[in-house]
Amino acid sequence: MAAGPGFDFAANLPALQVMVPLIGSVVCAVIRQRHLCAAITILCSAVMPVIAFMILWQVQASGTISYAMGGWAPPIGIEYRIDTINAFLLVLVSLMGAVVALYAPRSVGNEIRPEKQGWYYSMYLMCLAGLLGMAITGDAFNVFVFMEISSLAMYTLIALGSERRALVAAFQYLIIGTIGASFYVIGAGLLFLVTGSLNLWDIAQRLPEVENLRSVVAGLAFIVVGFGLKLAMFPMHLWLPNAYAFAPTVATAFIASTATKVAIYLLLRFAFSVFGVDYLTEHAPGGEVFLVLAALAMLVCSVSAIFQINIKRMLAYSSVAQVGYMLAGIAIATDIGLTGSISHMFNHAIVKACLFLAVGCIFFSTGVTRIENMAGIGRTMPLTMAAFVIAGLGLIGVPGTAGFVSKWYLVQAAADVGNWLIIAVIMVSSVLAVIYLGRVVEIAWFREPKSAVVRKPPVEMMAMTWVLALATIWFGVQTDLSAGVPTIAAAELLAGWAE
Amino acid sequence: MNQDVVTELADRPLLEAIATSYNYWITIFLMVSGLYIVVARSNMIKSLVGLGIFQTSVYLLYLSPGKILGGTAPILTEGAQIYSNPLPHVLILTAIVVGVATLALGLALTVRVHEAYGTIEEDEITLIVDREDYAEAGEDAETTP
Repeated sequence: MAAGPGFDFAANLPALQVMVPLIGSVVCAVIRQRHLCAAITILCSAVMPVIAFMILWQVQASGTISYAMGGWAPPIGIEYRIDTINAFLLVLVSLMGAVVALYAPRSVGNEIRPEKQGWYYSMYLMCLAGLLGMAITGDAFNVFVFMEISSLAMYTLIALGSERRALVAAFQYLIIGTIGASFYVIGAGLLFLVTGSLNLWDIAQRLPEVENLRSVVAGLAFIVVGFGLKLAMFPMHLWLPNAYAFAPTVATAFIASTATKVAIYLLLRFAFSVFGVDYLTEHAPGGEVFLVLAALAMLVCSVSAIFQINIKRMLAYSSVAQVGYMLAGIAIATDIGLTGSISHMFNHAIVKACLFLAVGCIFFSTGVTRIENMAGIGRTMPLTMAAFVIAGLGLIGVPGTAGFVSKWYLVQAAADVGNWLIIAVIMVSSVLAVIYLGRVVEIAWFREPKSAVVRKPPVEMMAMTWVLALATIWFGVQTDLSAGVPTIAAAELLAGWAE
Repeated sequence: MNQDVVTELADRPLLEAIATSYNYWITIFLMVSGLYIVVARSNMIKSLVGLGIFQTSVYLLYLSPGKILGGTAPILTEGAQIYSNPLPHVLILTAIVVGVATLALGLALTVRVHEAYGTIEEDEITLIVDREDYAEAGEDAETTP
């Protein structure tokens, strides 16, 4: 793998994973010529999955990677610590980034004014770098810095939306997001005060000595609430629907499929690796509370989705409901439950990105975002709507699609612990998904066409939508990556870091 | 701060506990008042002011325990044995930069919102947005870009 005498690529992959998009973002900000920026973005984003898969392969071959940033040895220096779960997350985020980047140019050209498109690409790459950084780093304060990098970029992406409501949505998200990040940093600060370390691995080793202190419990509480705000845990999700609804469609597809997932990963990392299952069961009996919140998210937000008139907002509410599934698996905290959660992160990312990309194609061709105006779209744009339906089936969890695999794990986990109520909630929520997606399908396929198709969606936009639609089916059948890797990750998480 | 110190602190009478660890009480006061302002005020600028106060409390939370009474600056010199921990300063320098960036973006958005809506009161904006939602629900007010 070593390329040339000076620079060992294989050994420096973790740094490249973050540095490439970060540098690309700065270059875009300087150039701001939209075609050039689009090319740079596609180039950077296309390299990301390659690096991520190489890292995952390295982790599977030789175990956890510990990368000392800048050569400063941990725990003093910043450590990038990669085991199965964050290698998996890197794959997820970078794959979604690549698909969305290839889809982006003409959709961005349609939705954002020409002079601002350069900034869009710059902010997109910044957001990608921030999310990858959050997933890869093993340093508590570094997590905060990357979180703010990705969040600031995200606020800007949302504010670039064409309607003026995008500005308000971005502002509200800025307030909530900053409070969330500050809560996290308070929690990390409390842990730093009692352990004297910022390195997550090191904190995990030192926590058992001080675990009876009240500041440790307070720190855990602050961290959970902070990530809860970031991952749109019910009832802290109120920023999400508007932010998703009014951002440019490409940005929505990217944010919806990655941002909340990375926050969930960090929650998992802190809860299981740093604090450990034993600590949680002994000091923070929050499992039941989480289950209740997860169940409420699945029910309340699925019902809200049924009554939305804007299709992007409908899908946004559905996202909050799906986060509920992931939280349910985490709250059950068994091997299978965690596998289901991690697997659902991956499957939901594919499915939701596909739905948003299909909506983007429809918007490109007809300018429609309201569901009732989508009448007859299925007849005028059959290919796009077919992809929408396939992804919709994946979201519902029909056997043979990606969504079924992870929901099956979750149901199995709930059955193992004998929690039949949560199984019922999962079923009811899936039926509600049938209703809100069925409404779109009914309007789109069984009514007379209403909105004229001005132009056909471009080839690359259709291609990317279909790549994800096919992936929905592929991962419903072939589960080595989408369930096999999470199984290993779940076992590692439950083992914890404390020795 | 080790275990003994904490149990010792917890055993003291309340007033003494406040007096000896007043830095934490200031932190808590700033934290809560900042958060209250963010939640209670509908004016966007005031929300940002509250956010600023809230973030400042975090700076204090990190910085104040880093100072050791009688300690010097962390520079190797003759005769200095105890020195303050420099790490919190570095961290908070970063956090301040992040805070400034957030505030700048928030203010920029406020300017844009004012241009678009003619007001920066969130109550009034919500009313306008609701009205738009109802207007949309009527005949197709769909706009093609």
